[in-house]
Amino acid sequence: MRSALNSIKNGTTVYVKNIKASALKVKLLEMGFSEGKEIRVLYRAPFGDPMAVDIGGYTLSLRNDEAEQIEVELYETLTA
Amino acid sequence: MKVALLGNPNTGKTSIFNILTGLRQHVGNFPGVTVDRKAGKFKIDDKECTLIDFPGTYSIYPRSKDEAVVYDCLSDTNHPDFPDVAAVVVDKANLERNLLFFSQVYDLQVPTVMILNMTDLAQRKEVQYDVEGLRALFPEAIIVESNARIKSGKDQIEQAILNAPKREGHSFLKNTSLLSHDDLKAQEIETESRFAMIHKLLSSIQVVEEKETTRSEKLDRILVHPVFGYVIFAFILLIIFQFIYSFSTIPMDWIDAGFANLSEWTAGVMPEGVFTDLLTQGIIPGIGGVVIFIPQIALLFFFIGILEETGYLSRVVFIMDRIMRPLGLNGKSVVPLMSSVACAIPGVMAARTIADWKERMITILVAPLMSCSARIPVYTLLIALVVPNETVGGIFGLQGLVLFGLYALGTLSALFVAWILKMIIKTKEKGFLLLEMPSYKSPRWGNVGMTVLEKVRIFVWDAGKVILAISIILWALATYGPSDRMAEAGRMAEQQASEMSLNDEETQQMVASAKLENSYIGIMGKTIEPAIRPLGYDWKIGISLITSFAAREVFVGSMATIYAVEDDGEENKTLIDKMRAAKNADGTPVYSLATGISLMVFFVFAMQCMSTLAIVKRETRSWKWPMIQVGYMGILAYLGSWITYTLLS
Repeated sequence: MRSALNSIKNGTTVYVKNIKASALKVKLLEMGFSEGKEIRVLYRAPFGDPMAVDIGGYTLSLRNDEAEQIEVELYETLTA
Repeated sequence: MKVALLGNPNTGKTSIFNILTGLRQHVGNFPGVTVDRKAGKFKIDDKECTLIDFPGTYSIYPRSKDEAVVYDCLSDTNHPDFPDVAAVVVDKANLERNLLFFSQVYDLQVPTVMILNMTDLAQRKEVQYDVEGLRALFPEAIIVESNARIKSGKDQIEQAILNAPKREGHSFLKNTSLLSHDDLKAQEIETESRFAMIHKLLSSIQVVEEKETTRSEKLDRILVHPVFGYVIFAFILLIIFQFIYSFSTIPMDWIDAGFANLSEWTAGVMPEGVFTDLLTQGIIPGIGGVVIFIPQIALLFFFIGILEETGYLSRVVFIMDRIMRPLGLNGKSVVPLMSSVACAIPGVMAARTIADWKERMITILVAPLMSCSARIPVYTLLIALVVPNETVGGIFGLQGLVLFGLYALGTLSALFVAWILKMIIKTKEKGFLLLEMPSYKSPRWGNVGMTVLEKVRIFVWDAGKVILAISIILWALATYGPSDRMAEAGRMAEQQASEMSLNDEETQQMVASAKLENSYIGIMGKTIEPAIRPLGYDWKIGISLITSFAAREVFVGSMATIYAVEDDGEENKTLIDKMRAAKNADGTPVYSLATGISLMVFFVFAMQCMSTLAIVKRETRSWKWPMIQVGYMGILAYLGSWITYTLLS
């Protein structure tokens, strides 16, 4: 099942499926959000926004409305 | 030979720049933009090289005005900074993301050097790459390894730059050319194909990658914690603030006394005359007025340097982003605004850490509304003058409450104005965060020292010129008047003083007062009286308002001169007595509660500081923004004081 990255709980590992078309897309690609990339949600700022993720071994923070552009799939759903 | 130093942020680029150029650095700006152009000269085998430090970027395609410098320069062979050699710093720990930018630069067909930097993270993660495999991917580039932290690799980097081969047309991604910077669709396709290639190639050359919960992740659990995160940040701010606010007064007093002595000494050894006056009353105090800010600037950037070097500053942005965003500010605005409570000058300079142009402008524009320490002498004088020393509600002193109110008014109006500006200032860029949070590391003190030196240099040379020029103009306006008017007034005062049989000191004070009243500034003060009458001010206050444009605290000194008393720099009892006794033509006291509070409100809002204007001009590279600041703060001051006076009287 696909969901937006901003809805993923802390500590969960997911895979990038797709990035929605927007002016932000190329910047998200440049930061490493390519299809199939493994993402681990690390923690969130005090008001639940922004969030921090591990992407290819480095930590990136992004706002919820930015994370919303990224469609991800849970690891379990892939193996099931 | 021109060498461009390029690379992703947090790759150790700054360290490599410092290692190569040492102290031979110069900060200017790229043509037509407000981005600092840090260049350094160094020699390789007697060959003179200029190394230009470009802003750190993740891609050649810009995401902000600042980053556009990289694209503009590299896309235009006629650009004055178009490099002979591009040296790209690549972080070993994150080869994948770093290779995107490197391959883009490589494909421009410029002679290219890859500086494969061993960062702490790379060391901890024990990532191993087959460097030979990497060389095969980029056959026309020289690849050298370095470890900026232990300063190794300097000779190899220099030799690589010197021997970077001419390009013969090999490119990483076949059939590419640099795309238009607004062709987003094509950029997406190019980025995706580059990463597809990089993934495939990396899997063949990457040997080991250890995964573990890093130290940084553990630290982050505390430092971005919903409660402790803020507590720790508040504590750090408190320490910084304490240092700037309290401890910098010690060297500042030395500087103050030093320049006063220098003036006195110069006046003693030089023949009397206009030139000596210019030197001892205009130039020397003017230079002193620049130098006096150095301790605050140095201290603030010492701390900011540490916060940046350790990686903590990006966590500050992380926990403050949600709170500051609705106001048009950035998480990083907190440090500049907080340090503006000590002094707006280092505060405005600290706004440099904010990457988003609009958020940086808003931070700079509202920073002087925070109540700086130069307002304290003015508030102290006026509160003692008009606010009764009473206790309200059993515990709170009324005078203290008024002082608190003034600080609160300044802070709230800064936030409010930021919110207004957010809606007014238009920008094509859509603000976004996408901020890398580098792993925590201990600061490299060399880099911190270089930051402090660079900021002090920028302030002294760029803003110092303006400050010196304005202080000389203000001095001339206060010292000279039309034709014989001042001399005449001086003689009259002297005569009057001898009739009253005053002693030497009192006579001098009376003469100084009469002269100031008849100087150009005195005349200006009288001219603006009708305009400031509705605020409850007379021409004497008018004069002091004009002179305090040099710096707010000058208000007290000017008042002392006008009322012909000595400014003792402490409680100013005699001045307060004189001011309290001052009467309007109709016999009512000049300094009623309404006038006093109105005057304090004026000082909360008004842009009474030429040094701040000079640094805003330096940071924004135009007079437009400082003028807007003078304008909007002036309007706020006038309206605020008028409303206050009308309500209270």
